Amino acid sequence: MVRRHTRNIGDPAYRWILTGLALLLPLLLLAVGSQLAISAAPALKKFGFGFLLSTTWDPVAEVYGAAPMIFGTIVSSLLGLIIAVPLALGVAIFLTEFAPRWLRQPVGFLVELLAAVPSVVYGLWGVFVLIPLLRTIAVPPLRALLGWTPFFKGVFYGNSMLAAGVILAIMIVPYIAAVSREVLQAVPATQREAALGLGATRWEAVWSAVLPYGRAGIIGAIMLGFGRALGETMAVTLVIGNRHDLGASLLAPAYTMAAAIANEFSEATTQMYLSALFAVGLVLFIITITINAMARLLVWRVARGAAVGSKAL
Amino acid sequence: MSARALRRRAKSVAMTGVVAGLAILAVLPLLLIFADLLHKGATSIDWNFFVKSPVPAGESGGGVANAIVGTGIIVALACLAGIPVGVGTGLYLAEYGGGRLGWLVRFVADVMNGTPSIVVGISAWTWLVRPAGHFSAIAGGAALAILMVPMLARTTEEMVRLVPNSLREAALALGYPRWRTSLAVVARTALAGIVTGALVAVARIAGETAPLLFTALGNLNFSTTVTEPMQTLSLQIYVYATGPFEEWHRLAWASALVLMGMVLVLSIAARWATRSRHAAG
Repeated sequence: MVRRHTRNIGDPAYRWILTGLALLLPLLLLAVGSQLAISAAPALKKFGFGFLLSTTWDPVAEVYGAAPMIFGTIVSSLLGLIIAVPLALGVAIFLTEFAPRWLRQPVGFLVELLAAVPSVVYGLWGVFVLIPLLRTIAVPPLRALLGWTPFFKGVFYGNSMLAAGVILAIMIVPYIAAVSREVLQAVPATQREAALGLGATRWEAVWSAVLPYGRAGIIGAIMLGFGRALGETMAVTLVIGNRHDLGASLLAPAYTMAAAIANEFSEATTQMYLSALFAVGLVLFIITITINAMARLLVWRVARGAAVGSKAL
Repeated sequence: MSARALRRRAKSVAMTGVVAGLAILAVLPLLLIFADLLHKGATSIDWNFFVKSPVPAGESGGGVANAIVGTGIIVALACLAGIPVGVGTGLYLAEYGGGRLGWLVRFVADVMNGTPSIVVGISAWTWLVRPAGHFSAIAGGAALAILMVPMLARTTEEMVRLVPNSLREAALALGYPRWRTSLAVVARTALAGIVTGALVAVARIAGETAPLLFTALGNLNFSTTVTEPMQTLSLQIYVYATGPFEEWHRLAWASALVLMGMVLVLSIAARWATRSRHAAG
């Protein structure tokens, strides 16, 4: 008995070591969350709920309100989503349902590469290529067509909500495409075959049998993309214009929470200024965690057990 | 064929075209970005670019040797902490992850994969930069390690799960204890996949900028001291892209090309590692 016990000490030890390593991750999440809360406490105590609603951000007077950034974060991400979703679903449907076999691998790899391009490189490209392109190609017709709406009023300087939305769209397409693709691949072949067997055309099979089956997962994929866009920092900082304004025009400069932290954190000389930026970080953290958690549960429901999206995410 | 059937057939063909068109439109930006990187970056790369540190603004002939070396050092620091924890967590999930804790860890890993990296950056600043009183490469490496762990944990789990159970049973039947079975047989078999996961994670963190802004900070001089501020290619690109000088913009494109080249090589290596695994299996 004793001999056996000593010989087998390796097994429980191995298990405990691995468990200890695995526990680090939840602890880390907890640590990040509570650290943000502690650092944000002075600002949240002083400004209360008004922090989320006030539009004044004045470091000189020590008055901080994050409404313009929260607005800018959500609007730029939604704009990115509106552009990205059709493209990403196009890629996912094309690759799983229509593409010839020899084309699937290379196109899949290209999309994966799009996810691997560093954020700051997107930003660089945004500043020197995308913004001039928008100025010459996209904005004049948009203004001619929709200039009467409040969304396309005012002067277009380049750095703007529109530029941020477009760059975000390009950046989140691969994430949404990769996860949707795995969701569609997890749809049982019998779904497809049953529809085709009943005489459906290929598109009808996709539209009426495959997509509805994967709906929850696709919504999850879209929410994952949304979460990415909300937290995206460098590319947005470089093209959005970084102004504490809250306006309807997509042509005007704006701000996001992540960009504000990136820009102002090193200038934050007073305790309250720093605390206000931590509060912005906390709001961003809570929003992205919530959206990611919901998205994961949705994706897991469809493709249970499979490590969905892990290759791209 | 009735008119209705014809119409349905036509719609199917048309929608296939629409979907294919959307897919092409989605890949187009990547081709544009690569074309611009090559076009604007390649013309700026010369020997000085790789062996010299930046020169004062306005002068020409400087390089980014400090940033290239710095990227390597900070990524290596991140790997030192991130790979053991990430792979260990992945092994836990694959070997013992059936219960509640396994579910929790898996869920947290997936949620953390989407956490904004800037938030991790300011946390690392609070823990490592403020107490020390100065910025350091170590703080940057730690921030990147935090980003690396969840990615690596999930890919490792996925790869270890692919190992056939019969292999594990054979090792146990031969009298191997579980821990040796897990390490010497199961993890060994999944090694190519784990390496792929590590390469993908490294490719991802090598281009990160936001978590380094307030940790590694950047450094205009050549430095290999890990307790001091250090430059990386990503930080260099950010500084040069926001600067007013034509020369800086040129160097930003060149740095971006080099960084993208690194990421590309890592991505292709990752792909190649799993492809050979599939061929062997």
